[in-house]
Amino acid sequence: MSRHTLSVLVENKPGVLTRVAGLFARRSFNIHSLAVGPTEHDEISRITVVVDVDALPLEQVTKQLNKLINVIKIVELEDAASVQRELLLVKVRAEGAVRTQVLEVVDLFRAHVVDVVPDTVTIEATGSPSKLTALLAALEPFGVREIVQSGIVAIGRGPRSITDRALERVSRSA
Amino acid sequence: MVQGPHPAPPRRPATPAAPAGAPEPREPARLAEAAAVRDAARPRPVVTEQVTGAQSIVRSLEEAGAEVVFGIPGGAILPTYDPLMDSTKLRHILVRHEQGGGHAATGYAQATGKVGVTMATSGPGATNLVTPIADANMDSIPLVAITGQVGASLIGTDAFQEADIVGITLPITKHNFLVTDPDDIPRTIAEAFHIASTGRPGPVLVDIAKSAMQTDTTFTWPQQLDLPGYHPVTKPHGKQIREAARLLATARRPVLMIGGGVIRSGASTELRRLVDASGAAAVTTLMARGALPDTHPQHLGMPGMHGTVAAVAALQKADLVVALGARFDDRVTGKLSSFAPNATIVHADIDPAEIGKNRAVDVPIVGDLREVIADLLPELAREQAHHGKPDLEAWWKQIDSWRETFPLGYDEPTDGHLAPQHVISRIGEISGPESIFASGVGQHQMWAAQFIKYERPNSWLNSGGLGTMGFSVPAAMGAKVGAPDRTVWAIDGDGCFQMTNQELATCTINEIPIKVAVINNSSLGMVRQWQTLFYESRYSNTDLHTGHGTIHVPDFVKLADAYGAVGLRCETAADVDATIKRAMEIDDQPVVVDFTVSRDSMVWPMVAAGVSNDDIQYARGISPAWDRED
Repeated sequence: MSRHTLSVLVENKPGVLTRVAGLFARRSFNIHSLAVGPTEHDEISRITVVVDVDALPLEQVTKQLNKLINVIKIVELEDAASVQRELLLVKVRAEGAVRTQVLEVVDLFRAHVVDVVPDTVTIEATGSPSKLTALLAALEPFGVREIVQSGIVAIGRGPRSITDRALERVSRSA
Repeated sequence: MVQGPHPAPPRRPATPAAPAGAPEPREPARLAEAAAVRDAARPRPVVTEQVTGAQSIVRSLEEAGAEVVFGIPGGAILPTYDPLMDSTKLRHILVRHEQGGGHAATGYAQATGKVGVTMATSGPGATNLVTPIADANMDSIPLVAITGQVGASLIGTDAFQEADIVGITLPITKHNFLVTDPDDIPRTIAEAFHIASTGRPGPVLVDIAKSAMQTDTTFTWPQQLDLPGYHPVTKPHGKQIREAARLLATARRPVLMIGGGVIRSGASTELRRLVDASGAAAVTTLMARGALPDTHPQHLGMPGMHGTVAAVAALQKADLVVALGARFDDRVTGKLSSFAPNATIVHADIDPAEIGKNRAVDVPIVGDLREVIADLLPELAREQAHHGKPDLEAWWKQIDSWRETFPLGYDEPTDGHLAPQHVISRIGEISGPESIFASGVGQHQMWAAQFIKYERPNSWLNSGGLGTMGFSVPAAMGAKVGAPDRTVWAIDGDGCFQMTNQELATCTINEIPIKVAVINNSSLGMVRQWQTLFYESRYSNTDLHTGHGTIHVPDFVKLADAYGAVGLRCETAADVDATIKRAMEIDDQPVVVDFTVSRDSMVWPMVAAGVSNDDIQYARGISPAWDRED
């Protein structure tokens, strides 16, 4: 099993996420993470989905996704050729003297404190999954009280945009 | 206005006259699909009418080319049934159960090649369509299902007869839509017909809120489709075609594995040429029976679990398998890892996701089968000119020995009852290849696939993928509506028949004179066969008490009579031909023939589930000794 990041451009219509997620479930493909959001084009949403599959099942995943009428385009983003980021919000115990040490970790990881109360701080961090894992490991000794994490969003490096040509299709068919 | 074959071009605004004979500007190829829809409507002016949403549905169906709708009204679809009553272009046939309506629409679609249309109300009406929709999805049948939905403001409130049919049918449709804005009705229905009928055909459901039917709107036609993510590839890749041709010209043990895609694409004529030109052995899967005439000398019959020994063996020993619109279903391959172990695989299909799904493929070809085969033919001729006609003599000698040693056959039952295989063979022979045969699911289905000789495509309708018991009566009904001049037989079992026989009422009242042969072995025969073979003859819940020497519940002759159909019963071999002929003579009423057959007859040959095709049994305990022929 290996991990693959797919950027899936879909029509911005109700129920499209259900179609994509349902497809993964019924074909027994394992979703590691999923993130959805708007793009620079109102008609197109972008789903970033990370799947754990081997090469051949991955081909099935993309072919089956392509069969969904609302799916416009699928691109696999290789680790080396893309920037991949997650967002993490974590609530950590930071009472008295420990607080300085927690803030040191925050600085080290170029994270931010977004909420402070007497006994805890809430930290916001973005980064690659490995960076966030390392941050969590560093915070663990202080007492992690709550974690919330987004799915990966990813974008290809270099000047090219994967939405350009997809948008041509949208305007042609409109 | 009467139009000849070359309709006048559309009127254009006055522009400087183009020189005579100037070519029309070409549209980019990728727009061909959308253009086809526009072209069909081009000579006609744009229609714009002020209507209600309900009228817009009816007008859209008319303009999309629907002629027949199989359906049942109910609360949420009620507004649409009012203008439907006035339509002169749409014939609505009131069925007795939505499942019957759905299968009738698919039977109609299969017999005519057009899109079948079914209509139902919300909630239970819609959920009753789930089975025929799933059936159409598995067997790639173009179907548009229109369902009423509760009013838009009630959606999500668990209103009376509310069901999320879009959610429910998500995994079993090619696509589906929920329409709450009446302005979206014409475009959505146009898109539904386009999606259902192009690429790999399939079912499309359009769920329309009652409030949208009751609101005033503008109906316009033709419609511009808005499907940016839908571009079925029909034109195959030249390089792959050349490679396939080279393999076909040089293989020593080639087999063409013909699937249902050949029938859906209407490629039988081209296929025949390919079979002739290649000299290869040909097998037709359950979905492809009729794609190549059974009388063709290179046709080995059906492969798979109940295929002929020759068809199964040829695939196992092949050095090249060219799969045309087949999807390597588990019932064909048996244990996948040992299927056609020595074969190079060429796989042509319009659905890229089928290629490599089950069996790794050496030469993938994505395209419409008709174009694929048409492109393959000249390349094959070129390759054969280069390599010389392949020497297939040894291969055919081996195949012929299989055919001679293990022909399709059956044992006469010892209990004095009819042999079901004999009954089904005689129906096929007496009714002839111009007839349409629709079967249910089970032993009778396999016997009908094996023992009726098919000579043309679309003459064999069955539920191959989903295996839907109850398919045959409504499918035969739909087929008869679509092809009224053909004799249409429902070859049914006593179990299947009891699932959908209420549509006999529809047939009688609407003068749809189908013929139903109930192959009555008084049990769920295929399940019983498995109990005989794999469960030590412990017959758990498979006795239906409908046959000879039982209490006859129900009595199929009386049941036919109650429905206004003619009921006949045949119990002896001597009466078989006369009974079939009697049924053939009745053409103003449905006929139901109760053939009481032996319950001990079994379907052979057989490859048990999950077992290698090498272990095919010709009859119980008799396996061909392959090594002898090797």
